[in-house]
Amino acid sequence: MTGLTVSRTTAAPGGALSAVLRYLRRNLALIVGLVLLCALAAFVGIGHLTVDTAKARPLSVPMLRPPSAQYPLGTDRQGRDLLAVMVAGTPLTLRIGFLAGLIGVGLGSVLGFTAAFYRGRIDAIIRGIVDVGLTVPGLLVLIIIAVSIKEGLTVDQMAVVVASLAWLSPTRAIRAQVLSLRERGYVDVARLSGMSGPEIIVRELVPNLLPYLAATLVNAVSSAILASVFLEVLGLGPIDSPTLGMTLYWVNFNAALINGWWWWWAAPIVVILVVFLGLFFVTVGLDEVANPRLRRAV
Amino acid sequence: MAALLEARHVTKTFGGGLLDRTHTVALRGFSLALVEGRASVTAVVGESGSGKTTLARLLLGLLAPTAGQVSYRGQDLTAMSRAQRRTFRREVQAIFQDPYEVYNPFYRVDHVLSVPVHKFGLAGSRAQARRLIEDALRAVGLRPEETLGRFPHQLSGGQRQRVMVARALLLRPRVILADEPVSMVDASLRATILGALRQMTVDLQIPVVYITHDLATAYQVAENIVVLYRGAVVEAGDVELVVKTPRHPYTRLLIGSIPAPSVERTWATGGPPAQPSPRLASAADGCPFEDRCPDAMPTCRTSVPPLLRTETHRAVACFLYRDAPVLPPQEMVATFTQAGLPPARPPDRPCRPHG
Amino acid sequence: MAVRSTPSHEPPRGDGRLVSPDVLRVNDLSVHYHTPGGAVRAADGITFGVRAQERLGIAGESGSGKSTLALALLRLIKAPGRIEAGEVWLDGRDLMTLSDEEMRRLRLARIALVPQGSMNSLNPVLRIRDQVADALRDHGVEITGRQHDERLRDLLARVGLGPAVAGMFPHQLSGGMKQRACIAIAMSLSPKVIVADEPTSALDVVVQRQVMDTLAVAQADLGASVILVGHDMGLMAQFVDRLGVMYAGRLVEISRVRDVFSEPLHPYTRMLIASLPSLDRKGAFRGIPGLPPPLRNLPAGCAFHPRCPLAVDRCRRETPALRETRPDGWAACHLA
Repeated sequence: MTGLTVSRTTAAPGGALSAVLRYLRRNLALIVGLVLLCALAAFVGIGHLTVDTAKARPLSVPMLRPPSAQYPLGTDRQGRDLLAVMVAGTPLTLRIGFLAGLIGVGLGSVLGFTAAFYRGRIDAIIRGIVDVGLTVPGLLVLIIIAVSIKEGLTVDQMAVVVASLAWLSPTRAIRAQVLSLRERGYVDVARLSGMSGPEIIVRELVPNLLPYLAATLVNAVSSAILASVFLEVLGLGPIDSPTLGMTLYWVNFNAALINGWWWWWAAPIVVILVVFLGLFFVTVGLDEVANPRLRRAV
Repeated sequence: MAALLEARHVTKTFGGGLLDRTHTVALRGFSLALVEGRASVTAVVGESGSGKTTLARLLLGLLAPTAGQVSYRGQDLTAMSRAQRRTFRREVQAIFQDPYEVYNPFYRVDHVLSVPVHKFGLAGSRAQARRLIEDALRAVGLRPEETLGRFPHQLSGGQRQRVMVARALLLRPRVILADEPVSMVDASLRATILGALRQMTVDLQIPVVYITHDLATAYQVAENIVVLYRGAVVEAGDVELVVKTPRHPYTRLLIGSIPAPSVERTWATGGPPAQPSPRLASAADGCPFEDRCPDAMPTCRTSVPPLLRTETHRAVACFLYRDAPVLPPQEMVATFTQAGLPPARPPDRPCRPHG
Repeated sequence: MAVRSTPSHEPPRGDGRLVSPDVLRVNDLSVHYHTPGGAVRAADGITFGVRAQERLGIAGESGSGKSTLALALLRLIKAPGRIEAGEVWLDGRDLMTLSDEEMRRLRLARIALVPQGSMNSLNPVLRIRDQVADALRDHGVEITGRQHDERLRDLLARVGLGPAVAGMFPHQLSGGMKQRACIAIAMSLSPKVIVADEPTSALDVVVQRQVMDTLAVAQADLGASVILVGHDMGLMAQFVDRLGVMYAGRLVEISRVRDVFSEPLHPYTRMLIASLPSLDRKGAFRGIPGLPPPLRNLPAGCAFHPRCPLAVDRCRRETPALRETRPDGWAACHLA
């Protein structure tokens, strides 16, 4: 915005805050999701302060101890403290998810907005690529990519691998939203007011899609986490890092299920469950915010 | 006098892509020219599907014609330089139908006023911009302190539409296109908004195109009228002539169907009875009204009637008047009365607005 | 509120048509919408009667409560709206005291609604034939295929539609045809009262006239009364016998339509009529200054007083009651 804007006096901050709080009270899903994710963040945060994450390295503690006072979540066959593994690994998995989700939605937004706003040939090309891309089984492609990178995959490289397909469905979803928005009268008025195409996208369209973009991002993050865990369980992940997916790979590798070492798989599965439930509820909540019909009732 | 905004033989068809054989002709061979520097209101009247919204978008350069051209100061809209386009954007303004849709719900109503002021560099300072905006709002009977800083949904439909009139006024345009500006506004406010529009026409001495489905308001505000039916001009000329003694069978049907708010002019006395429903497929090469016309002749099915100049101030596209001389569409404007607009009475101002 | 005479009881009328007493009587009907910002009084103390075979118009601008009133007559008000008080008498029964099930059976059979935008109320995946059959079955009318076809053909003929329409889907029909199909459904069980809420608001004037003619014929066929709710004063002038005018949730005037247009009683009616564009006289076209008040926060006294050029002190203090100020002419104005 420029200095010429007249009277953009915002409502009293207290008023805005209380309006948000009042709204949140009605959006139960969003609250549940946020509480779950906050609890997870608290676990990781407090864990980093109180637990020695060096114990997440192999051979740092006795092997295969069930949960006890000293090792609340037990230890695994390689001599790692599972509590330390969870504290160190959860943020790594989330990092992969958020990085891949951000790249996917960022790329998807640029492509979706461009395609829908300008239409014509550029739209045909983008739509064509997305349509073809979405028909190919994604995990298969990811496996091929991950295998062909062979070794030394870092956590960030893992995120890029997952992101290589994560932009497809955001592109399609955002394109559809923009297609309906661009027909609005205010887009015409913005043109008559002398705004250029990119300006209309940034100033008129994006603000109205923020809740939708947020919902798309959360969705992309949870898909990316799912994809990364899947690849890791197959052993195609960053082999040195204690991510949740790699932990499950070792569970599988050592046949912990059959051997009755239940604590080994219980911890990562509970954490993964909390991650997915949290993200799911946040998406549901954001969908409600993004739905203009419901929003107008606020 | 040179034409300011001119449409010449403009045709617009939709559809008809590679796989889609069906295409719709929204507007067929439309011509209109607006002269600079004279206050006048030209009404374009048509029902839904007559192509009137397409016409508005074509004249605003928001759509490109399939054939023919729209030009501003002699320059084709589709081949304008950056600077020319900028001038065109500032000088040709519009007032749209839906006074809610034209506001971005994300912003306060100030947005639609401050953006063009900034974009077109109309004010040198923040204070000057504010003053310009406030003056424009007052000119349409709104109180700036009750309007600015609000979100669109906090204003009534009439207020929102008046803000759009103020926006047009603010830009001091050379032409205004008003596309159904009052169709979504309550009856008691229509006169006020159209009054403000007319006042602006006189104050700025500019031509206004008033596009509407409502013949009665067209009669009230316009000097000249163009009646559209399925994308074609059926009758054009002086509004008194066209409304009081319609010649085209469609115009007659239209005027006879209007429910007049009067117990003297009733449907029973007002015009022809209900017409047969249109055929689903219209004659491609004939008169668009042929299938509903009580006076249809064989020739109506095979050839399109040209505009015939039945009187000095009227042209009709109907073979009933085939003895009259043919008027080339681009000269349709020659039938318009050139009498300037009399000074309109000052717009009604709200005495004690609420809400 | 005390029982008072209602604005409909005078039997003979100037045009010599025999008029029987009220078919439908509405007493003191109030509907409020309960929103977080407070109660919105969408309809407040509405009292009127509808005579047999009469066409009564209820006109008003957006937010005047006219559609709320239409829905309230059929008890179709949905939350957060609630009918707070009042009676609606039909066939000697107060509709407000019936059980939901009784009311459901009464709808369509005795009082039918042609809803706003009713062309969009047709189910897009059902043929017209099946939509009518569904409506009838809902009301316990079970008829065999042959009978149904005959009845349907008859019903469609009465609204000017060919028998082929029965086999069509809504998307194959034009707006006017869909609207007529809705009228056919509304008249399928021969109701005594048809409530038509803006039945032609989305249609072009030529089609509008055809649909209104259809409604008139259907009404004459059934011998039913019609309550036409709308904002178009022109349509009212052309169609109704008596006209009620609503402002800010209240009925401010109800008179014979001829009188309303020639000698309106309420200043609002007078100004509303003056704001309508005429095809006869140019320049006689003036808006009403100001804006309708928010229903949540009505001004004290007469709700119209802030916009009324004739307002006196009393108007600001005291809400005027609807009273008969000339034969068959009722107005809620201290000055009438």
